[in-house]
Amino acid sequence: MFAYYLDLALRSLKRNKVLTALMILAIAVGIGASMTTLTVMHLLSGDPLPGRSQQIFYPQVDATPAGYAKGGPLDMLDYHSAVDLWSAHRADRQALIANSEVKVRTPDVSLPPLMVPMLATTSDFFAMFKVPFRYGSAWTAADAASRARVAVISSDLNDRLFGGADSVGKILRLKDSDVRIVGVLQTWRPSPLFYDVRAGRFAEGQTSSFYDKPEDVFMPFFSGLEVNAGNFWQFTCWGKVATPGHLQDAPCVWVALWVQLDDATKVADYRAFIASYAQQQKALGRFASTQTRMPSLMQWLVFNHVVPSDVKLQTWLAFAFLAICLFNVIGLLLAKFLRRSSEIGVRRALGASRGAIFAQCLVEAGVVGVVGGIGGWLRTLTGLWLVRRQPVEYADLAHLDLGMFGLTFAVAVAASLAAGFLPALRASGVAPALQLKTL
Amino acid sequence: MQIQPILAALKKHRLATTLIALEIALACAVLCNACFIISQRITAMHIDSGVDEAALATVQLTGYDSAQAADVDARALAALRAVPGVESVSLLNSIPFGSRRGTAGITTDAAGKHFGGVIEFYVGGPGSLRALGAKVIAGRAPQADDFHAFTGFMPDQGSVQITQALAEHLWPGADPLGKEFWMLKSHFRVVGVLKNLVRPDPTGWSAERRQWAVFLPAQPGPYLTGSYLLRASPGDLPRVLRDALASLAKAVPEVVIDREASHTLTDLRRDVFKNDRAMAGMLVGVITAMLLVTALGIVGLASFWVAQRRRQIGVRRAIGATRRDILHYFQTENFLIVTGGIVLGMALAFALNLTLMKFYELPRLPLYYLPLGAMALWALGQLAVLGPALRAAAVPPVVATRSA
Repeated sequence: MFAYYLDLALRSLKRNKVLTALMILAIAVGIGASMTTLTVMHLLSGDPLPGRSQQIFYPQVDATPAGYAKGGPLDMLDYHSAVDLWSAHRADRQALIANSEVKVRTPDVSLPPLMVPMLATTSDFFAMFKVPFRYGSAWTAADAASRARVAVISSDLNDRLFGGADSVGKILRLKDSDVRIVGVLQTWRPSPLFYDVRAGRFAEGQTSSFYDKPEDVFMPFFSGLEVNAGNFWQFTCWGKVATPGHLQDAPCVWVALWVQLDDATKVADYRAFIASYAQQQKALGRFASTQTRMPSLMQWLVFNHVVPSDVKLQTWLAFAFLAICLFNVIGLLLAKFLRRSSEIGVRRALGASRGAIFAQCLVEAGVVGVVGGIGGWLRTLTGLWLVRRQPVEYADLAHLDLGMFGLTFAVAVAASLAAGFLPALRASGVAPALQLKTL
Repeated sequence: MQIQPILAALKKHRLATTLIALEIALACAVLCNACFIISQRITAMHIDSGVDEAALATVQLTGYDSAQAADVDARALAALRAVPGVESVSLLNSIPFGSRRGTAGITTDAAGKHFGGVIEFYVGGPGSLRALGAKVIAGRAPQADDFHAFTGFMPDQGSVQITQALAEHLWPGADPLGKEFWMLKSHFRVVGVLKNLVRPDPTGWSAERRQWAVFLPAQPGPYLTGSYLLRASPGDLPRVLRDALASLAKAVPEVVIDREASHTLTDLRRDVFKNDRAMAGMLVGVITAMLLVTALGIVGLASFWVAQRRRQIGVRRAIGATRRDILHYFQTENFLIVTGGIVLGMALAFALNLTLMKFYELPRLPLYYLPLGAMALWALGQLAVLGPALRAAAVPPVVATRSA
């Protein structure tokens, strides 16, 4: 039966080519626009650490004077709190991070010095965030403890400095220190760059910088602070900084701590631990407030409104556009089906049930949906190509994955079936006698 | 033109008529709001920086210690001043549309109880305010003894020039001259008012905060080096900047020239608003596609109706209707449908605007967008229906005599 309906549908679509082309075009542009923005939304709002993100948490305590941090703890930690919490080793894995820009030179490559972003972090970072290595590996705990001058570099920097060759063992001059490369990362592009997300709620929706690339140089936390001393800048301060760039004892927040807690008991224990730490620090007079907070990774991303507001706006707009296209298709299908009233009348008189007419009309709508879906897929590819040419940080991420590819067709067929429903219902309601009379 | 028979005919096609009207309504809502967003973005892009952008460029140096700062600064300044065509070289920590180094919260009392907002401190060396070309509209420009030396992150005190937007925010209606404000323990007194001085990063702030800046005069010190403001005649500026970068690479080979941040202010402005430009472009694209689809929908449906009514048209022609009558019939029909859609669309446009205001901090939609949107859709409808209506008018009366 389906094959017969398909044949009828194709014949009918061929009969009025202009109307058919209009419907297919409407579906294609509507699907193209909405799937382009939906793909970008999907890429930007996805889980940057699938399978692990539920176990990642961001502990926060408040070292500011009374009444300073009214809306909860600040987005980062002061050095002493961060190092205290980290040294307690209460989590399954934990990483301190501090960002800075470092000057890089290579003894054997004659390039002008460059400034690259550096992350000073602790050795769990790579395992905890499942960072893939191309050459070598992370530094060892012993390296970190002895404050060894070692570093891991990004594949980007490795390409720039060493043409992509295995550079493990080579020496980099970071600021004024010679540092040995122990590992080179594979291309690693978490979206967003979740561990550096902060201050999103003050960004007025301009959050595309959260989708920047990871740092180019990773160094053990304490050796990193020594090597690049003087270049660490505060997230914010509540008092005068005596030695700008050297913030260990400054009244500033500038370090973050990420922890991995594998089950609910450990999460509860860790919450209790930071609460008791805050109590203890208040008793010592270092804290004025005992407020703490520990969002999970995904909660933290939501709290920071990571998806740029322009992207959300574009998505809404695209779906309004799709709705307009659908109204269009409904109108055209209605015209098309009712124009065939006499034909439908004959079929009904010859014994076709209302259901059969309805099914036949829906098949026709479905065919429009499938062809429109192909057009929509091409338009989505064009749309994503346009996004990639946009001057935004997430441009290089915009690609259609298999899931979204499937969804494009699903949405196209579903949309055209939905559009076909009302006209098909009307067509199946055609009274046979009335139509036959006019013949 | 009689409207009665048209309405009667439309009643027979209630569903199709409603669909077209709904499509018009949705298009009207999207059109008004999208145009409003575009105009907002364009206004933002044309913000008055308050400085002579066309004559200014910046050069940014990094990658040296504060201990080396004085030596690097001296060599860099000498090299920059030797570039032919340079009118002036001065030090300025933050650059309009460029590097941002002086963002801090201020209070209007010494105890730090009355928060005044987060503002931008443009800490500049001698000559920098004059080089910027910022207009002092009240009080005075900095004098030689206003430039204090400093060794910390920012000077502890100073006499500052404040933008009128910030003055109006801090002390509404009052004369800002002589007023004081504090940043932690640092104390500042207002001695001049600037017409405008944009923040380095205007897109990160809501519209009313984009001009919250002060100019703080200071002597060059370890924390005021490496960020240079170059002034040259606008036509010569790109060449001057190129030469400046080349001669710096020779004069201070050990430091890093931040080429990403070293540009003319015209280029920096273009870069700051790249997202707004992209968004405006995207909106224009969507509006075009939307109007096109709507128009094609009208063409499709009208063509269908014309074909369906061929016989009726023939009869009307046979009993004396002119071509013009037939043409007007379809044009009036379209006008009525579009009008219905527009009425609904205006309400929808307002509802959409309220939603956008809630989630995206968009201001209220000015009322004049509604008639403009309506005009656009009327014009679109008439344009779309013209083809099918002309075809209808061309139906010969003889059709009436033939059976269907």
